[in-house]
Amino acid sequence: MDLGVLSGKKGNLKRRAEILNLTRRFFIERGYLEVETPSLAPCPIPEAFIEPITSECGCLLPSPELYMKPLLSAGYGDIFQICHAFRRGEKGARHREEFTLLEYYRIGRTYLDLAIETESLIINLAECLIGSAKIQYQGKEIDLTPPWPRVTVSDSFMSTCGWDPVNVHDDEKFDFELATRVAAMSNERPLILYDFPSRMASLARLKPSDSKLAERTEIFIGGLELANIFSELTDPEEQRRRFENELDVARSRRKDAKMPEDFLESLAKLPEAAGGALGMDRLVMLLCDAGTIDEVTAFPV
Amino acid sequence: MEVSEVSKNKKLLIDGVPFNVEGVDFVKPGKGRAIYHLKLRNLINGTLSEPTYHSGDKFDEATITVRDMQYLYEEHGHYTFMDAESYEQHVMGEENVGDKKLYLKDSLGVQVMMWEDRPIDLILPKAVELKVIETESALKGATVTAQQKMAKLETGMSIGVPAFVKEGDVIRISTITGSYVERVGG
Repeated sequence: MDLGVLSGKKGNLKRRAEILNLTRRFFIERGYLEVETPSLAPCPIPEAFIEPITSECGCLLPSPELYMKPLLSAGYGDIFQICHAFRRGEKGARHREEFTLLEYYRIGRTYLDLAIETESLIINLAECLIGSAKIQYQGKEIDLTPPWPRVTVSDSFMSTCGWDPVNVHDDEKFDFELATRVAAMSNERPLILYDFPSRMASLARLKPSDSKLAERTEIFIGGLELANIFSELTDPEEQRRRFENELDVARSRRKDAKMPEDFLESLAKLPEAAGGALGMDRLVMLLCDAGTIDEVTAFPV
Repeated sequence: MEVSEVSKNKKLLIDGVPFNVEGVDFVKPGKGRAIYHLKLRNLINGTLSEPTYHSGDKFDEATITVRDMQYLYEEHGHYTFMDAESYEQHVMGEENVGDKKLYLKDSLGVQVMMWEDRPIDLILPKAVELKVIETESALKGATVTAQQKMAKLETGMSIGVPAFVKEGDVIRISTITGSYVERVGG
């Protein structure tokens, strides 16, 4: 073990600890309850492009929503959690197979309300740590002053790539251009990207006014994809249909991918709520001006 | 091999051409497909490319063997090596030798990476000994530090050396850092 490398990261790791503390304080002051749920489960919720890490005791969860939504259904109110999550094969400058996820749910709110809450969290952190809403990230100055620009998925793709993914179904091209060209729209100002095509709704409800769109938003800053936020789908039958589609893709790789029946049962009692998932390691990268996730985590994996 | 298993310095065969992987970056939208940006060195012509792949894409590994050889001579940008066991001669183009030519002197023992009987890359010894053919006798000029002066070596390489090194000296150079290690004789 290289203790020299470890001590060289001390500044970033101290800031990381401050960010975790300030994030907890932010949610607790707003009336959220901090919860802890298992990391290990018999099966995760099925997602076509997220590979779980399995052990002989079950799956290490790719996200805690499998257990957080039943708490909402049981009447816990607004809740948040900072936990480790696991995704097989996700290794790169901005990815680790084991990473730290902030997941938060607010009752009676929508995806855009929760995007504003997330905006407040990040500005609050920047002001506490840097003393300014203007930050430097990898040679770029980013102005975090609210309100952050909001652009629909359609408009962002039309302006940067010249096509509209709501009408043109090319999901492979969508993922590539989202990660490369659209993400770059956040190099000077944060980007709140909203209203995803309904086929990419995942666990978000469809827009009542336009069923071609899902109430899903993503926040990008400095090219980093930071948060994914939904108005949560509360219809178990619709969720079951979507999971069937995801399972079709997932089963081509993992024969044992299963329908999470208990989770679907709990969805029937889920109150209207919005939920967000934010990659804490990337938020620390942003606030430490770090180009790689290894610079803000103690040990490489 | 799946693209997810590709790592730095793996040798891939793409459309019949061997490539060395010089870098891998992985990007994945939260709910979407994985994207792999590879940095690939074409081992035949030395060019660099940065293609993009998706999860599930597969590659064949290029079978590369390494043989001990002796460097013989250069002619018009073609470098000739002799297999230490079979005495067979192999010619490598300048585009494959690259900057390593600055360490090649007659009879130097090297390892040559072969792909289908074709030499494509060189592995140099960690250090080589080269003769100084030209160096200033006294310190001068603004580009040298108090301890260093420039020296030209028998292969055409120019490096910084300590002030006591003189023309005709043989010095050891690290092929890893490209810098002076010690004087071994004069």
